[in-house]
Amino acid sequence: MISLAGRDILHSWDKFVLTGIGLGLLIGATLTMAGVYRGMVDDAKVLLTNSGADLWVVQKDTQGPYAEASTIKDDVYRSVLGLPGVEQAANVSYLTMQVSSGDTDRRTMVVGFEPGQPGEPGYLIAGRRLLRSHYEAIADVKTGLALGERVRVRRHEYVVVGLTRRMVSSGGDPMLFIPLKDAQEAQFLKDNDAIVSDRARTAANPALNRPGVPGLVDAINASQTSNRNVNAVLVRLADGYPADSVAQEIRRWKHLQAYTRDDMEEILVAKLIATSAKQIGMFLAILTIVSAAIVAFIIYTMTLGKIREIAVLKLIGTRNRSIAGMILQQALGLGVIGFVVGKISATLWAPAFPKYVLLEPADALTAFAIVMLVCTLASTLAIRVALKVDPATAIGG
Amino acid sequence: MDKGIHIEGLSKRYGEGDTAVEALKDVNMSIAPGEVVGLVGPSGSGKTTLLKCLGAVIEPTRGRMTLGGDVIYDSKQNGWKTKDLRALRRDSIGFIFQAPYLIPFLDVTDNIALLPMLAGRPNGASRARALELLQALDVAHRARAQPSELSGGEQQRVSIARALANQPPVILADEPTAPLDSERALAVMRILNQMASQYQTAIIVVTHDEKIIPTFKRIYHIRDGRTEEEAGEGRDIF
Repeated sequence: MISLAGRDILHSWDKFVLTGIGLGLLIGATLTMAGVYRGMVDDAKVLLTNSGADLWVVQKDTQGPYAEASTIKDDVYRSVLGLPGVEQAANVSYLTMQVSSGDTDRRTMVVGFEPGQPGEPGYLIAGRRLLRSHYEAIADVKTGLALGERVRVRRHEYVVVGLTRRMVSSGGDPMLFIPLKDAQEAQFLKDNDAIVSDRARTAANPALNRPGVPGLVDAINASQTSNRNVNAVLVRLADGYPADSVAQEIRRWKHLQAYTRDDMEEILVAKLIATSAKQIGMFLAILTIVSAAIVAFIIYTMTLGKIREIAVLKLIGTRNRSIAGMILQQALGLGVIGFVVGKISATLWAPAFPKYVLLEPADALTAFAIVMLVCTLASTLAIRVALKVDPATAIGG
Repeated sequence: MDKGIHIEGLSKRYGEGDTAVEALKDVNMSIAPGEVVGLVGPSGSGKTTLLKCLGAVIEPTRGRMTLGGDVIYDSKQNGWKTKDLRALRRDSIGFIFQAPYLIPFLDVTDNIALLPMLAGRPNGASRARALELLQALDVAHRARAQPSELSGGEQQRVSIARALANQPPVILADEPTAPLDSERALAVMRILNQMASQYQTAIIVVTHDEKIIPTFKRIYHIRDGRTEEEAGEGRDIF
């Protein structure tokens, strides 16, 4: 038996392909939206994995260091190191800021870390690790910085000595890793004018600049300009120690909060990007409805254009199910063309997005099933019209 | 007369009560295999209604119809003899329309072969039958062409071939020459007569085309739903 749908598609392939491309771009946008969400989730997980930590110790009653601001003293790590099961503990600081390189401003998350400790980038794709204590940096490739390029953070310039990948903040800002001391200074140190002004005020204050107490004003000035704060302590556990029980120990100190990997995933995925996820979900729902409306409209219009042929087909003995099958196959054919175009488009344009777009094969399969379902539902309107066509329409008036 | 088509006391009423319209009133017709008769009448006389009843598209109100020796409708015996009117039309009735109405996305061969295929015949045999008819109608050279590539006359010949595809005992032709000039209209009539004779098919040609009316040997005039038979001129068109 002849495939009526196939022949009709071949006969007007240009119309089909163009319509399929239009639909495909829409499906591509839908797949990309799903990919953006997956990318956000994956970025969060990779951020946690690449930090090399098993526990995140932060300020009490905060959900830092990624979701909320957290400040703890930089000697806390020593106490943490004393706990059973803690193999490594290291200070880190995080600060999202604009950094400049030449005439270009870039938004980055500046990370202060100690080399060889948790918080260090997991791997490099070019260059080397930090060897000097100051003014060297490792940048995520998404910053656009190149090896040897100089980047200005606050008052100092840093040379990019290494490049890493997939190290971005929960907001999607690529990370720039610098030595912890430099990061603390960048985060907390005042500018020179403010320091000079503070020193003058301190010197003019008789309570702080007492005669006969040499060195007091210097000590006060040193205290005002130095910084003893970090945002978190990252902890790596020895094998065989459950993260929950160590975290529980840290929480018992009362002035600290400790999160396990699962806790952090919950914060980053379920809470931090929850609103974005809902936003994307709404877009996906709207795009699905628009796609369905487009397929329904196109198939309906195409069917209306074939009313006389359908009447003739019915008159000469074609069964209703063959005619319904023809329309359904055309709708599904349109869906297949659209899906293929959409998948290719999404794959091609995903790397151009500033944020990571993760196109999961499982999502593509789900999308294909949804497209087929949508096309099936969308064809019902046209099938209803076709089944109502009276074969008598082909005869006389 | 066993074969061909026979109609006895066929009536068709639309609507009920005061608004009822009697479109056909006690129509009697008899057409032998191989015969081509004209069904002539003004607009609104009931031609199309009669054609739809004969074509098993609408159900008559009363009467009896015999096709190829089989009773297909008898109002005294529960109406249609088969529930599958679609199969009845496919296997026993050929249709030729005012415009060819070929399926635009099938080539010439498949436009014809579709009917035997719908009847369950193998694709190869169906296409062979289509080619045989195309040769008989002298359009075999356009077998792979799309309908849009054919001239009006070629399209009409292909539609005649389609009507003959399942070797039906009767063909209903609804004003098949209306859009054609005299020469082409007579050519179509020549073909219909040839095919009727060659395949022993009864052909009813609904028309009010003055150009072809003189070609019929028998004509049924239909007025206000009633038919009257008269002898035609039977002008030689060969």
